[in-house]
Amino acid sequence: MTLFNLHKNTFKHGIHPPESKDETSGMPIRQFPFAPVIILPMAQHIGAPSEIVVREGQEVQRGQLLAKANGYVSVPMHAPISGKVRKIANVPTISGKMSLGIYLEAFPFSTQEVLEGTPIDPDTATSEEILQGIQDAGIVGLGGAAFPTHVKLKIPEGKTCETLIINGVECEPYLTTDHRVMLEQESDIFTGIKYLLKATGAKKAIIGIEANKQDAADHLSKHIPKELPVSVQVLPVKYPQGAEKMLITSILGKEIPSGKLPIEAGAVVVNVATTAEIGRLLPHGRGIQERVITITGPGVKKKGNYLIPVGTPLRYVLEQVGVDEDISEVYMGGPMMGMAVSNLDISIVKGTSGILVFTKKDVNRSTTIYPCIKCGACVDACPIMLNPSKLGILAKFEAYDEMASDFNLMDCFECGSCTYVCPSHIPLVQYFRSAKRIVRKREADKKEKAHA
Amino acid sequence: MLRKTLNISTSPHITKGRGTNEIMKNVVWALLPVVGFSIYSFGLNSLLVIATATFASVLTEHVLCKLSKKQTTVGDYSAVITGLLLGLTLPPSFPLWMAFIGGIIGIALGKYIFGGLGYNVFNPALVARAVLQAAFPVAITTWHPAFLTDRFSSIASSVFTLPFMEPEFDVISGATPLAAFKFDGVTTSTAELAFGQISGSAGETSAVIIIIGGLYLIARNMMNWRIPVAVLLSAFVLSGALYLINSEVYPSPWFMLFSGGLMLGAVFMATDMVSSPITPIGLWVYGAIIGILTIVIRVWGGLSEGVMYSILLANAISPHIDSVIKNRVYGTKRKIKAA
Repeated sequence: MTLFNLHKNTFKHGIHPPESKDETSGMPIRQFPFAPVIILPMAQHIGAPSEIVVREGQEVQRGQLLAKANGYVSVPMHAPISGKVRKIANVPTISGKMSLGIYLEAFPFSTQEVLEGTPIDPDTATSEEILQGIQDAGIVGLGGAAFPTHVKLKIPEGKTCETLIINGVECEPYLTTDHRVMLEQESDIFTGIKYLLKATGAKKAIIGIEANKQDAADHLSKHIPKELPVSVQVLPVKYPQGAEKMLITSILGKEIPSGKLPIEAGAVVVNVATTAEIGRLLPHGRGIQERVITITGPGVKKKGNYLIPVGTPLRYVLEQVGVDEDISEVYMGGPMMGMAVSNLDISIVKGTSGILVFTKKDVNRSTTIYPCIKCGACVDACPIMLNPSKLGILAKFEAYDEMASDFNLMDCFECGSCTYVCPSHIPLVQYFRSAKRIVRKREADKKEKAHA
Repeated sequence: MLRKTLNISTSPHITKGRGTNEIMKNVVWALLPVVGFSIYSFGLNSLLVIATATFASVLTEHVLCKLSKKQTTVGDYSAVITGLLLGLTLPPSFPLWMAFIGGIIGIALGKYIFGGLGYNVFNPALVARAVLQAAFPVAITTWHPAFLTDRFSSIASSVFTLPFMEPEFDVISGATPLAAFKFDGVTTSTAELAFGQISGSAGETSAVIIIIGGLYLIARNMMNWRIPVAVLLSAFVLSGALYLINSEVYPSPWFMLFSGGLMLGAVFMATDMVSSPITPIGLWVYGAIIGILTIVIRVWGGLSEGVMYSILLANAISPHIDSVIKNRVYGTKRKIKAA
């Protein structure tokens, strides 16, 4: 019977990489020092970059609006520190592209008090007002995607949201950000859930947590307020359970139709740290200024979970925590889906959930790529049941259209499980990323032609 | 100030770290007890035949890589497996020059002309075996008895036949249990079959040791358990049904399971990853085809044994199985595409 339950409580396939969370999971969140200069790129969320409303030389208070949302799929940006706008110029971002940004010089002796705005009362505010409040607070998905949360919470006409799922899975190895947030910020989380239930109209909320964070599950279960319809569901540990589709399948036992959103299954999924941020900011009408980040990896001296102002330069962060002499790769996010950093001059952004430092000997990437031997390890790993082996062969022949039309390429969400298990070390997910981009471009070109 | 040149790479930044060469190496480990038992029961003859076939395979792989100015791929161990498997399918007193040619054919025609490891349509060892069967029908069906008292001191005269000469076989040669049944109506007990007290190819005589090797690979996740289970199950069910219909004419399903090359074929040949399908349902279909064809050939065919041709045929349709039977992708309905 237990076996049966266990089976129903998760999705099919997936992988079990080493968790590597023990070194930081027990470390409480600590405030990180303020950098002398912070660099705030305007393009740090999905959608249109924020539009700057301050001028060079202007003095700003922590929490003050620096840039407003530029359209619906966009969010404003607030001052992470009190200081002076030194420069408005192009700044580097992790993707390699430049983005317009603000250089903010901290006042050395400021109390760094946060400016308050118009509070939003969860009991009296309407759904629309809450969504507006979430956008005004500059909130995006803190799990890593950085998609504007108010857009995600907007229930389309004709659909209803039955279940609000709070994502406390944190399936990426090494990261313990959400784990600490769940242990330390339970009241913010429950306040956030109150806002979210109101905003989505959901009747109940389920917090999904993997079994390696049983302490967090117990802690939250113990503190559920009586009036809130919230439950905690502990799931078996498996990557990529934190992916929206997988989490919905694990919790509700339903699949999201290909190309559709979670609302098709009557659900909306919100990351637990995002939820806590909503619960903390909205009652004061504040904007987001900082976030919790796990800094870890074999190359880091002072590992831990830190509360770091958005815009803190990565170089400053690494200098503060201390890194080994022979560091070789730095990732933002987890080791499975995080991006490698090419330049230490980029800054922490809202979507940065972790900073991971590997030294030369920790990078175990093989340089020998063997031919695909059709062992099927990737087929057994793919959480959406694609055939990565076949897709990989087609990618070699540049048969991108066939990959999309016959082998569901566009359903791939790039979790990297196939590449992780491949004994021939074929960079499958890298092929699929390029192939998806090419297919998208071709479709766009086709549309353009049809319109012309 | 922190000054560093960083490497960049695409995610995922960690891997399971198990290489293809490691899988191949483990298949070799799993085969070694089978080789050991073969040497134990057939003596020096078997040692020489297996060693020759393996040497020829590895040498061919190396030479072909050098000729095409590529780095040698001997290090991936796949040529060793081809050689060992070929050696194990040959009669123990098989002439060495023929075994050597078999090794060359397996790698050159069975694998290299398709593009090397990963691109071969057929199991290379079986391609070699099939060519040898066509070229040397007498030598390949002349079986040497097991457990001769002088097996570690003398070598059958046929082994050292000069290249391109007809071998002369010693007077005493044993019939395989399948041949004995097919042509003389004599059955062998399952216990004798399971523990290898019989004549046969070097590697097809002890089912138990083959199963142990298979279990090792399955436990290490280096072999898909569905294939051997599908092959053996389908063979058992079909021969069991025939046995129930008429036990006078048809042998017991246990006899079918443990005799001949079925066990070696099901565990080590049909499971060649490259030439088998990739989806779970595809694997069941593929295995069932092999099991059923084997019994059909054994019962109604002109040959006493049918494992080799069954696997080769299943290899040939395996790409088609993959294009017809696909996994149902998350969030979609099952698609069946006409081949």
